[in-house]
Amino acid sequence: MHPITTAHYLVLSAALLLIGTLGVLTRRNIVIILMSIELILNAVNLNLIAFSKHLGQVSGQIFAIFVIVVAVGEAAVGLGILIALFRNKETVHADEVDLLKW
Amino acid sequence: MTETIFFYVFALLALSGAVLTVTARSAVYSAVSLIVSLVGVAGLFLLQGAEFLFAVQIILYIGGVMVLFLFVIMLVNLDEAARQRQFNRQWMLAAACVLGVGALFLYFLNRGAASFQIAGAAASVPGEGNTERLADVLFSEYLLPFEIASLLLLVAIVGSVIMAKKRV
Repeated sequence: MHPITTAHYLVLSAALLLIGTLGVLTRRNIVIILMSIELILNAVNLNLIAFSKHLGQVSGQIFAIFVIVVAVGEAAVGLGILIALFRNKETVHADEVDLLKW
Repeated sequence: MTETIFFYVFALLALSGAVLTVTARSAVYSAVSLIVSLVGVAGLFLLQGAEFLFAVQIILYIGGVMVLFLFVIMLVNLDEAARQRQFNRQWMLAAACVLGVGALFLYFLNRGAASFQIAGAAASVPGEGNTERLADVLFSEYLLPFEIASLLLLVAIVGSVIMAKKRV
């Protein structure tokens, strides 16, 4: 078997990112869209840590910490918006929220 | 050898969890599959010597964010949504776009494949752990971004409380 190189991690993280993007673009349920965004941010973290190991520097891991901070804030605010939306419109589907459309 | 086996096990966990997250009909199943995927990614962090991020991933993501997601799934009534159509009308266009971007990724990874064969210089000082190195860099070089991140978290807390309040 081949030893695991940085390229393995890059292919894996690209696959995770594409699956997450597909979820964001195709699902109607807003909760699942938010979860797909978490998936995308995790793929980015995996990429950052692979390069941190590859270059022998610790900066990539620091960046991953900041990405996690942003992901947590995004989840909290996004779920707050979802609760406010459900209270007002009784729907969790992204394509039924069309107040600004004409 | 062991590393290769562990890599494939964790990669399988991460990928299968991700696919189930995106395709599951019920949001609770989706959340549980996302937990599986996050555990897989956490294992890959550990495999690459990022022990601190492994702990953060387990405690903060799986213990914090996913519990928050499950709380919201309990609060919001999703039974009606599970019975309706799950994918929107543009799903074919979206899938075509994702395939295109995937082909682009594969092309560029192939072109740059030669530069990844050189093993990374493991610049670890003996007797100093991953967490210590991270703390050294975080509290000296990245001190200002660290403080700004605390401000961002404060804004997120206030914003989510106001958003979820009954009467604004």
